[in-house]
Amino acid sequence: MAELWSIYLLPGIIILAQILLIIVPLLLSVAMLTYFERKIMAAMQLRMGPNVVGPFGLLQAFADGAKLFFKETVLPTSANKIIFLIAPMLTFVLSLVAWAVIPFDDGMVVSDINVGILYLFAISSLGVYGIVMAGWASNSKYPFLSALRSAAQMVSYEVSIGFVIITVLLCVGSLNVSDVVRAQAEGMWFFIPLFPMFIIFFISALAETNRHPFDLPEAEAELVAGYQVEYSSMTFALFFLGEYANMILMSGLTTILFLGGWLPPFDIAPFNWIPGPIWFFLKIAVLLFVFVWVRATLPRYRYDQLMRLGWKVFLPFSLFWVVLTAGVLVAFDLVPQT
Amino acid sequence: MAEVDIKNMTLNFGPQHPAAHGVLRLVMELDGEVIERCDPHIGLLHRGTEKLIEYKTYQQALPYFDRLDYVSPMAMEHAYVLAIEKLLGVAVPARGQAVRVLFSEITRLLNHLLNITSHAMDVGAITPALWGYEERERLMEFYEGVSGARIHANYFRVGGVHQDLPAGMAEDIGNYIDGFHNYVDDMETLLTENRIFKQRNVDISVIGPDEAMDWGFSGVMLRCTGLPWDLRKAQPYDGYEKYDFDIPVGKNGDCYDRYLCRVEEMRQSCRIIKQVLATMPDGPVSSADRKVVAPPRAEMKQSMEALIQHFKLYTEGFKVPAGETYTAIEAPKGEFGVYLVADGSNMPYRCKIRSPGYVHLAALDHLCKGHLLADSVAVIGSLDIVFGEIDR
Repeated sequence: MAELWSIYLLPGIIILAQILLIIVPLLLSVAMLTYFERKIMAAMQLRMGPNVVGPFGLLQAFADGAKLFFKETVLPTSANKIIFLIAPMLTFVLSLVAWAVIPFDDGMVVSDINVGILYLFAISSLGVYGIVMAGWASNSKYPFLSALRSAAQMVSYEVSIGFVIITVLLCVGSLNVSDVVRAQAEGMWFFIPLFPMFIIFFISALAETNRHPFDLPEAEAELVAGYQVEYSSMTFALFFLGEYANMILMSGLTTILFLGGWLPPFDIAPFNWIPGPIWFFLKIAVLLFVFVWVRATLPRYRYDQLMRLGWKVFLPFSLFWVVLTAGVLVAFDLVPQT
Repeated sequence: MAEVDIKNMTLNFGPQHPAAHGVLRLVMELDGEVIERCDPHIGLLHRGTEKLIEYKTYQQALPYFDRLDYVSPMAMEHAYVLAIEKLLGVAVPARGQAVRVLFSEITRLLNHLLNITSHAMDVGAITPALWGYEERERLMEFYEGVSGARIHANYFRVGGVHQDLPAGMAEDIGNYIDGFHNYVDDMETLLTENRIFKQRNVDISVIGPDEAMDWGFSGVMLRCTGLPWDLRKAQPYDGYEKYDFDIPVGKNGDCYDRYLCRVEEMRQSCRIIKQVLATMPDGPVSSADRKVVAPPRAEMKQSMEALIQHFKLYTEGFKVPAGETYTAIEAPKGEFGVYLVADGSNMPYRCKIRSPGYVHLAALDHLCKGHLLADSVAVIGSLDIVFGEIDR
């Protein structure tokens, strides 16, 4: 009995507690992110933004959530009902599982696996399935077009994301996510030597999360709401939560790869008093602000222009930088030894 | 192997569509995302305005014109009152003309503000639209100041306008217009040189001057091709010849040129408004012809004749001698014309409305063919269509 407890139950409870410790704050930050986005957009657009529910409208996100929860889930008659229901769940689950390998501080990570970066890359690539399945299962024209677009879009931008990640890995010498940050503690943050890749990665992150100016799958001006057209209630809410959780995830990934994760900007007195998770959170918040800022400023790309940018600009350029970085590392004998 | 029959996708675009600008319904045939055929279906907002006007006195029919193009109401009124004045031969006093020009140009600002920003919204930029609404709000306050209504003003009258400007309004308008260029500049920084905005609009739905004339285009849709045709210059009405302004023309006749023309027209409208305010004559704002224009309220308390005239005008209305006229004005959207047939009674025998949006929408198939689905919304945005006037 004692064996059962020590081998199975106790570790199980600890893992469950760890998962809850990540997911609950994550979902709370998704709720706050929607509020944050609406308030910032409002300020940029000379509006008030939410200000009725709760103090300064802080509870608006929860009111919206409750409203969606109590609505009816409409299942279109012509839809493939099982896939139709699985799609939002898939999107949502995928946006959560990626957090398993994100380190919030040195050692503060659920699963410190050695292929962390590959895992993240794989999970973010799977994200497209939720949208493709939703678009196909809805059996409706706008979602279908949207699914086609998003499949093409996510695949094209993943290629350049892949090359960006390779460049970083060349400088790190490990696929472990925590090692990426530790490597930046010794040298400088990677956005300085790899600045163009930082920009490419951030823009690709916008495309990967279907955010402005690449929000073609849900472009309300042409495709109404894209793959979300037929969804209502919690099925819609899961897509929504998934999209915003993905935004936070991609910001987190950018932070880890280029902005030194949990590291303080300067390792001197007032900065390193502040604990790592707070630095991590602040950096993510800054990137999320840029996400919102871009949305308030830019028009939307057209489908073919988006593909051209991905394949004809980002891909050759990131490929060139992979070669350049590798060449520089070899020529100056800087290849990391592990 | 059997021959595979690939069918194009038929997409029903609207009428409940965020980029349909009201109740436009398009049946599109798409080859992938390329538009093969684009068939506009109209009539979902048909209210029988032209027929209703035949059963109203000339005065009572006026509010219908506000409801045609509800984005630029006073321009519609302007065409109608000019048509009646032409049949009646009533002269409008100088101040009345100036007030009409003033509000026609404010209307042009109102219209272009909404159109440019909703065009931007159609290609994905949301912020200009919300900034534009702020400015529209201020301009509609001037509407409210003179007429009591923010949109359906019902302000122009046969023989002039309903009431003079309230005290201080001329200064308010002047102050506002002085600061208006700030808004236009801000909006331009977001759009004009924006790479994505240009990519979405340059060389989209190009049309040449000959084609544009064949399709019956007018207004910005014609000027973007390089033809400087503006009724305010070509056949001036209500004293437009007194004001100094330029007609912006485009070069390529694409969506981007239409946008640029509209922005420049807003600046020119500001010029006109400033000149009107600087040269605003004193005097009455409406004709003294008591057969057409009701006497002032104060006079009715004293004069038996005034009371009778007022009673006659608001019960029977005025009679218009038999005749017909086609009177057109340069509405913000293009040439807005009223073909009015009078049979000598107090109601129009026929009132045919020529709305520019109808003609422009008819060319949608021609403009969209071969472009992508995403371009169609940019084209619709640049056409500047409002369904109130198209469906009537």
